Amino acid sequence: MTAKMTMLEAINLGIKDAMAADESVILFGEDVADEQGGGVVKATAGLSTAFGERVRSTPISEQGFVGAGVGAAIGGMRPVVEVMMANFLAVCMDQIVNHAAKIRFMSGGQTAVPMTIRTMSGAGFQTGGQHTDWTEAWFAHTPGMKVVMPSNPADAYGLIRGCIEDDDPCLFQESMPLYWVPGEAPVQGNVIRLGEANIVKEGTDVTLITYGRGVADSMAVAQKMAADGVNAEVIDLRTISPLDNDTILNSVAKTRRAVVVHEAVRSFGVGAEISSRIHEQLFSDLKAPVQRVASSDCPTPFCKPLEDAFLYSQAEIEHAIKATLD
Amino acid sequence: MAKALSKETHLAMYQKMSLIKQNDDQIQFEMKTGKLMMPYYSARGQEVIPSAVSVNLNPDDYLVTIYRGIHDSVAKGLPLKDLWAELAGRDTGTCKGKGGPMHITHPETGVMVTTGIVGSGIPIATGLALSSFYKKDGKVTVTNFGDGASNIGAFHEGLNLASVWKLPVVFICANNRYAEHTAYEMGTACDTIAERAASYNMPGVRVDGNDPEAMHAVAKEAIDRARNGGGPTLIEAMTFRFCGHNIGDDSHYIPAEEMAAAKEADPLPRYRQWLQNQGFATDEELTAMEANIAEEIKAAKEYAYSCDFPGVEELKRDVYAYDLA
Ligand SMILES: Cc1ncc(C[n+]2csc(CCOP(=O)(O)OP(=O)(O)O)c2C)c(N)n1
Ligand SMILES: [Mg+2]
Repeated sequence: MTAKMTMLEAINLGIKDAMAADESVILFGEDVADEQGGGVVKATAGLSTAFGERVRSTPISEQGFVGAGVGAAIGGMRPVVEVMMANFLAVCMDQIVNHAAKIRFMSGGQTAVPMTIRTMSGAGFQTGGQHTDWTEAWFAHTPGMKVVMPSNPADAYGLIRGCIEDDDPCLFQESMPLYWVPGEAPVQGNVIRLGEANIVKEGTDVTLITYGRGVADSMAVAQKMAADGVNAEVIDLRTISPLDNDTILNSVAKTRRAVVVHEAVRSFGVGAEISSRIHEQLFSDLKAPVQRVASSDCPTPFCKPLEDAFLYSQAEIEHAIKATLD
Repeated sequence: MAKALSKETHLAMYQKMSLIKQNDDQIQFEMKTGKLMMPYYSARGQEVIPSAVSVNLNPDDYLVTIYRGIHDSVAKGLPLKDLWAELAGRDTGTCKGKGGPMHITHPETGVMVTTGIVGSGIPIATGLALSSFYKKDGKVTVTNFGDGASNIGAFHEGLNLASVWKLPVVFICANNRYAEHTAYEMGTACDTIAERAASYNMPGVRVDGNDPEAMHAVAKEAIDRARNGGGPTLIEAMTFRFCGHNIGDDSHYIPAEEMAAAKEADPLPRYRQWLQNQGFATDEELTAMEANIAEEIKAAKEYAYSCDFPGVEELKRDVYAYDLA
């Protein structure tokens, strides 16, 4: 039996190992220190006890402390900054979009911002319109930012370490529904380089391209459809920006059909970018147009029946795969 | 010295306080039994503030509040049936079940915005007051927020703007000493929040937010000033939350003695006794008032559960002014 761990434990361990390995790694965010409970979901539990003043709880001042992360990074630190929920990134958008992302370029390469911003999101808890947005497309649309989303504990460990070691600003977006799902434990010290997708399941008939929570759903559908003789390949992007073009295009060149799956709303999303790249490169090889499975184009509704209807579903993934096979 | 309040005003304040408390009890009960599924931030312990404020407001004055704000809305006059239907996610709710407890909106009673983003209501309240300036509608906007919110940029920008433009708005900070799990001193550099008003050249008043008379006096002065063209006021109302940040929070970060002392000073039973000592009401009269409130809540609850959930077409409605295809 291989050891098991939850994604929360893996993220905690990843940050801990990164802090032990490099003194310039510092951590701050609301309630992250042990005196305040080690973070709202306890992702940072034990770290202030282990690393003292390298870990700080902040006031509710996202613009202030994310901006402080930018400055500390320019000054030679490697800050890991927690913004409690993805929606609160909107409060400090200026520091990220106008500063963190652009400073290397605007300074002609003299200064840089090796900062990791951790945040979480995810519908399904009836928390409504201001606590469930997915922001990967906001930041992937910002040159200079890297965007990472883990789908399992082992990857979460390797990817948070990859973000912290990376020399550019990274958004590490965590999926709340995945936090407590146990998975294979990471190999300690195993750093996953950003920009490399993972082929979770090989197949020949259609490529499912996804990330985060979409991986488990896509795998479930792939397994179900295998019984009907459909052999799907499943790609976990892990890094959304920069996108691993080679892995995507090699796979689709083989399967000649593709479906992109994400929880974020459909329009102007990551799925549109991937679909476009596939069409640009493989138009004449495709047997069907690329399909997108995503959540509805509206704010996340509160009540359960609407929230369920808003979210993409496994049935929609199956339907999209069938649409490429017709 | 403020003029002594009438018996009617006292009883009106107590009525609101009891309503808020009983409503909170019932919400927590329904959540425990699994009938309500929602994030909930109880205001148990903070009943005095909106009760004392809202008896000074007109029905069409504006309110902007926060996730911990159901008590503010109820005190403002939000109908319980509409509230409960929203909490239950039904299509007859204030927001058709699409907003939920963190986004209660009911313009008919002046409940204009409820936000889940800390501090963001403050500039919006300033803007509502600006609309009153242009429309000369005589309305005052009141906005509620917590102590932690005074550390976010929106607070400072919103107050400054309201003062520069001398707008009819009252900023009410419920200082319950904690922001999630962070104690006041950990996150706030100044001793009081009221003193922050000095930077924006507006009156800043600190008051015992659990004392109905004191709270009423301060709120009345600020609301009168706003209505008479005197501009904004910042009120820091000292209070405490008895049930942690949200349901499920065990308040481990609050020293046990601090919590015990706060609960010992629970403003509700204290005021109830005081009303009797003053001869404003008998125990029987207050019990009857409370029983009426309980009936009203029960009816609202039953009504809510009898209503339907919204249909999926609601995903395409209200995203824009027209329905999506
Ligand atoms: C911009 C933003 N950051 C963080 C949060 C998460 N959060 C919700 S309530 C809260 C504490 C607010 O404390 P305070 O202003 O004192 O109000 P209280 O909850 O005590 O009534 C925090 C940090 C949020 N909702 N919005
Ligand atoms: Mg507070």
